[in-house]
Amino acid sequence: MSKHTISVTVNGETRGGEVDSRLLLVHYIREQLSLTGTHIGCDTTSCGACTVLLDGRPIKSCTMFAVQADGHSVETIEGVAQGGNLHPLQEGFWEQHGLQCGFCTPGMIMTAKALLAANPNPSEDEIRHGISGNLCRCTGYVKIVEAIQYAAAKLREQPEEVAA
Amino acid sequence: MIPGTFDYLAPSTIDEAIAALAAHGDDAKILAGGQSLIPAMRFRLASPTVLIDINRVAGLEYLREEAGYLAIGALTREHALEHAAELMRGYPLLADAARVIADPLVRNRATVGGNIAHADPANDHPAVMLAYGAEMVARGPGGERHIPIDDFFLGLFETALAHDELLTEIRIPKPQPGAGGAYLKIERKVGDYAVAAVAVQLAIDGSRVSAARVALTNVSPAPMRSAGAEAALVGQELSEATLEAAGRAAAAECDPSSDLRGTAEYKRDLVRVLVKRAARKAAERASARP
Repeated sequence: MSKHTISVTVNGETRGGEVDSRLLLVHYIREQLSLTGTHIGCDTTSCGACTVLLDGRPIKSCTMFAVQADGHSVETIEGVAQGGNLHPLQEGFWEQHGLQCGFCTPGMIMTAKALLAANPNPSEDEIRHGISGNLCRCTGYVKIVEAIQYAAAKLREQPEEVAA
Repeated sequence: MIPGTFDYLAPSTIDEAIAALAAHGDDAKILAGGQSLIPAMRFRLASPTVLIDINRVAGLEYLREEAGYLAIGALTREHALEHAAELMRGYPLLADAARVIADPLVRNRATVGGNIAHADPANDHPAVMLAYGAEMVARGPGGERHIPIDDFFLGLFETALAHDELLTEIRIPKPQPGAGGAYLKIERKVGDYAVAAVAVQLAIDGSRVSAARVALTNVSPAPMRSAGAEAALVGQELSEATLEAAGRAAAAECDPSSDLRGTAEYKRDLVRVLVKRAARKAAERASARP
């Protein structure tokens, strides 16, 4: 088995480490970096609970090896709040009751963040299509969609936060 | 679930990747998007001892129209197809498929070449490429060769690629005026494989079908065309009787298994209905660009 020294920008900070080739990105994030906000839901590339942004794109971190992230940028749920303030998406999930058990929420928020970066004013259909790889077993998605709409509206009012 | 151990290689050129394949033989697997391979490794259904990651190979990720065909670099992400709206207007069958392959998160990693080279009859691109009559470009130690898609799939997870060959490009012939296509998929939920899906690419001349290719997803041990459905369509007007004959021919010709997604009987009937609907939709699109 090969071991590899990697350097990954995680939530804006350079993080390194030695990883086994077979170490999955989600295990690197959770166990080596202790960032446990990224969840493991299904273990079968189905649920999206482990969604993180890789160079800005949402991906399932259980279906990529850590060594593949070498030289890339990863953003997790821990990187979303800035300066102690909730991101409009986090605020939206809070205000619109976009979660019950909360297990899918970090993945939902990461997917929604990339969605809004690419499309600041999505229709309900576009939101539903965008989050269709993230499964929620509690809410039936109505409140999640409303949470994302809340955040979209807030981000459009505060365009400087889009870049953040 | 943790994959077995393996050595990881990350070549930066196609030649290095081919040399690594040649050096490690059948123990090595190409890692492209990894969205089928990594789950298979986690289930220990696949235990390659060497992974050759081609994600750092330059020049394999592109989508462009060349003279007479659409060239898709093998490492092109499904996401890129879905978001190339302008280019996809000329390839509606491909555009249909791009929106229903797995889910948006998987599409950000998954590659067109991987979906084809994996040769899983449950994958969507094999039927799409069979319906288009696409050409696969492969590179090996001896150079480049072009493989017609009809000769590409040999069986379940089996292709015409030699162990030291890499799929580098997919070429879809540019549809002529009067041609149209459609891909229709029934899935239990977003992200699941098809219960059944049908790809149709046809051409209309006057009121009759002048050419047709019909291919099926996840209803046979290997990706397949339905010669019976094609024969039922070509030379005919697209009447209800013609569509029904084509649907019935495909339903008889496919070989689905009963599983959690449905009984074989149910899947055959889905194929019958989907062939009719896809052919009708393809014909509508063909008529829209005479």
